[in-house]
Amino acid sequence: MTILANVLVVFLILCGLLFLVVAAIGLIRLPDLYTRAHAASKSSTLGVMCILLGVFFHFWLNENHFNPTILLGILFLFITGPVGAHIMSRSSYIAGVKPWAGTGRDDLKPEIERMKKEQNLK
Amino acid sequence: MTYFLWAAIVIVVLSIVALVYRLVKGPTPSDRVVALDTIGVSLICLVGLFSMLIDTSYFLEIILLLAILSFIGTIAFSKFIEKGDIITRDNSR
Repeated sequence: MTILANVLVVFLILCGLLFLVVAAIGLIRLPDLYTRAHAASKSSTLGVMCILLGVFFHFWLNENHFNPTILLGILFLFITGPVGAHIMSRSSYIAGVKPWAGTGRDDLKPEIERMKKEQNLK
Repeated sequence: MTYFLWAAIVIVVLSIVALVYRLVKGPTPSDRVVALDTIGVSLICLVGLFSMLIDTSYFLEIILLLAILSFIGTIAFSKFIEKGDIITRDNSR
């Protein structure tokens, strides 16, 4: 039983480490803010959820200590990680951060222009 | 298990160093905020791994606290970048 629990914990922590390293490489290599926010939000959220699940199973199965705080932390990170990245990239688009030069289409641009025109009319 | 946890901690610290590179270099303030958010997430992982390493569960409340503080910081910075102020005044009164 202990070996099975250790295999589960090590597998979850290895998955989390893989996703964290992928997020760090993405933040270095990708060309503009939006692709970087894409890499950072998804990949690091999944990585930290995997690692915290591994920590939770370690304390539950090996130490016999059921800790709901970690589960609450996983739920909170799952809700707030993508929301934070969305608000960050939307506000920086409104503030005027240019996307990468090779971007094919920009669907947000006419919406933002329409919004600014309506605000000037008021 | 101890060696595995030390290796995991070293890998997380190396990814934090890679994020600090983006934090220093990042051309716009938004890049720096995204890098800081990801550093906070990596710090949460570091707290979990460290509390596994020294076999105590007293540090596990810090995980939730760091998650909440990192989210509030990101929201405040994005409102500052968008409008120039964080708490808007009520104009109707």
